[in-house]
Amino acid sequence: MANGIAADSTYESYLAKKGFTAWALTTDHKRIGIMYLITISFFFLLAGVTALLMRYELLTPELDFFSTTTQYNVAFTLHGSLMVFFFIVPGIAASLGNFLIPLMIGARDVAFPRLNLLSYWVYLVGTVILMTALAQPADTGWTFYTPYSVETGTNVILITLGVFVLGFSSILTGMNFIVTVHKLRAPGMTWNRLPLFIWASYATAILQLLATPVVGITLLLLIMEKSLDIGFFDPAKGGDPILFQNFFWFYSHPAVYIMVIPAFGIISEIIPVFARKPIFGYRAIAYSSFAIAIISFFVWLHHMFVSGISETAAAIFSFLTMLVAIPTAIKVFNWLATLYKGSIEFHSSMLYALSFIFLFTIGGLTGVFLGALAVDVHLHDTYFVVAHMHYVMIGGTVMGFFGALHFWYPKWFGKTFNELTAKASWFLVFVGFNVTFFPQFFMGYQGMPRRYATYPEQFQSAHVLSTYGSWILGLGIFIMTVNLIAGIFSRKVPEGNPYKSLSLEWQMPSPPPHNNFEDIPIVTDWTYAYGKK
Amino acid sequence: MTSWIPESASNLASNVDNITLFVTVLSVFFCVLISFFLIYYSIKYRRKSENQETAYITGNELIEIIWTVIPSILLMVIFAWGYIAFRELKHPPADALEINVIAKQWLWQFEYFNGKKSINEMYVQKGRPVRLIMRSDDVIHSFFVPQFRVKQDVLPVNYSQLWFTPTKTGTYDIYCTEYCGAGHSKMLGKVNVLSPEAYARWERADEFGGDAVAGGSDLPPAERGENLYSQRGCNACHSLDGADGVGPTFKGLFGREEKLVDGSVVIADENYIKESIYVPQAKMVAGYAPVMPAFKGILSDDEVTAIIEFLKTQK
Repeated sequence: MANGIAADSTYESYLAKKGFTAWALTTDHKRIGIMYLITISFFFLLAGVTALLMRYELLTPELDFFSTTTQYNVAFTLHGSLMVFFFIVPGIAASLGNFLIPLMIGARDVAFPRLNLLSYWVYLVGTVILMTALAQPADTGWTFYTPYSVETGTNVILITLGVFVLGFSSILTGMNFIVTVHKLRAPGMTWNRLPLFIWASYATAILQLLATPVVGITLLLLIMEKSLDIGFFDPAKGGDPILFQNFFWFYSHPAVYIMVIPAFGIISEIIPVFARKPIFGYRAIAYSSFAIAIISFFVWLHHMFVSGISETAAAIFSFLTMLVAIPTAIKVFNWLATLYKGSIEFHSSMLYALSFIFLFTIGGLTGVFLGALAVDVHLHDTYFVVAHMHYVMIGGTVMGFFGALHFWYPKWFGKTFNELTAKASWFLVFVGFNVTFFPQFFMGYQGMPRRYATYPEQFQSAHVLSTYGSWILGLGIFIMTVNLIAGIFSRKVPEGNPYKSLSLEWQMPSPPPHNNFEDIPIVTDWTYAYGKK
Repeated sequence: MTSWIPESASNLASNVDNITLFVTVLSVFFCVLISFFLIYYSIKYRRKSENQETAYITGNELIEIIWTVIPSILLMVIFAWGYIAFRELKHPPADALEINVIAKQWLWQFEYFNGKKSINEMYVQKGRPVRLIMRSDDVIHSFFVPQFRVKQDVLPVNYSQLWFTPTKTGTYDIYCTEYCGAGHSKMLGKVNVLSPEAYARWERADEFGGDAVAGGSDLPPAERGENLYSQRGCNACHSLDGADGVGPTFKGLFGREEKLVDGSVVIADENYIKESIYVPQAKMVAGYAPVMPAFKGILSDDEVTAIIEFLKTQK
């Protein structure tokens, strides 16, 4: 599909230079991508451990593992904040986006390499602030709702400051990617030939750029209220606590799509490769990412249907929430149609992609229950919401992320992992995830409220099942992690293009040379011309 | 109805259940459809040989339109139905009986039109619409009764309201569903739906909380105190097993020497406990925040005596 890619066997890989400064001061997008990957994976595992502790506590209705309810509340606050702000928001966008965007569009680096390095270091400063906050963690939940977050004696300021700093990294990365996609596409790489991962990253970058400043300002106001006693949100000081919820969700709803749209991109890359078929409905998938990005700015009130908002506002936001389901459904149908008359290989990354379709469908459909006003009143703040959110975030984003780890692994390291172990760990992850979260839909409809350290006895059997599931899920992720780490030390060198992909990043040696392309390639066809005669 | 649907005990419940049922049927249909094709294609088009022929299909406009329009129509139906049911939830009938609800960390207080008050136990009459006028004394809470399918945040800024007509006698759980701190998961109450006769008896009863109906005043004091311990929300902050909570544990409290914030020491005897229940901030134990609500006018002297007797059994 492309001409001009050097297949020189004596190239120097981007991994060749060793030493601390060669990494810490690098402007190579690939190294920065790998540094993000390692950092976010660390936070993912840490946040996963807090989840296991919570699930362990919930084996019995009474408090027995933690010694105070506050410890449990701290655990879910850490779990939510780490997962959302330190793993899933920067996760796929920054780590995979950094590594893949220049390679996929035929560029030598991102538009602003030094700004890119700065973004990483700003992210790291944010995480360091957060790690300091771990000594005295907050107990507000990751949503920091006022006035509780103003009144609590726990250390809310440090954790919000960490998130605030982190926001800058997100904004800078978003801007960098937008410029990169606009200005650095190789000749012939027209908008309609772009890989869908690029479309998804582009839509995500716009969301990051426009939405993140709002949460930054909101958290700054909260910090000012707590430290300088200015009454923005606390009614005791003349503020309005609902204003905080409006501000917070104005960012955090689009953020849900910052988290999941990159995964849409990954799935759109993996499925055509292993089905040896062009993606079905390329434009429908590309444009629906944009439709989702735009509509997602106008649905935030659906987090507040029981907070006392007006009926008219509720009606408008319920309507818009239903609209956002449409482009999402279109994507699922298109991925499914891509399989039709294909030649399907079940590589571990394909297993993650296929389970993504199934789990994300459940996540999306249960969102429709929550979009229907009268039903949301019953389900709001119950385990139904917890289950829905995890079906979207784990069933969607994390499945996409795991799929990407297995798919691009040979590209990153020039090594490969044990495929059988990878399949076995996929199976444990898939089963464990469903056993953990499916019972929570029923628990939620029966009325089990979320964020409960202790709970009424009638919910115990469902909680026990859910905890058993979390052990299977934890085991699966543990085996997967070990397998992926062990792969780096393996001697097995995969073929240059093991899946016979047509995408640009597979047309070069693995790991890629320091400068990506000797000569900038000239693109003559789209990325998905599988089986074209 | 299957067993995962909680009992429906208000006039608003069946609406919510019907919409849920409709969305469930649609969801199961689409989920089965998608899973079917996912598995069917995976088997039928699995790679049998490396050079297997594949079709070059890039899309089909007609099918894109079909699978855009059909879900859109269904979603609009769900939206409209959800909104219609929501409107009913928001419009209480004019003759609804009003109850003032005050939420505070971590209990529910109810004030009735006839001057009665109760903590964590609400009394309503079967078949009679009730309108709750709710406010919070501190942070945001949320009032939720699963069997009624109603929920409403309770705010410290302005009043919020919620209504329902109970349709079955019985006792139903009230949960706080907006995270409100250490005692959030213990901020539980009960709605007692009484028959018209029992309700009339409760209205006439002298007891503040209406134990004449719930039963309890005829129990031995220590047992009655044990009931009150959970019914009135003491358990949210005071443990029985020695664990430190928001307040001091009740284990071994009676007769213990307590160090107060002003440095002095008291012995927790009958009079100290009575004073601390009625006016908690009078003699604060060192190391705890002054957050306990005053129970003066809420618990009767008899009830306080029962609680003291219960405390004596907690060694």
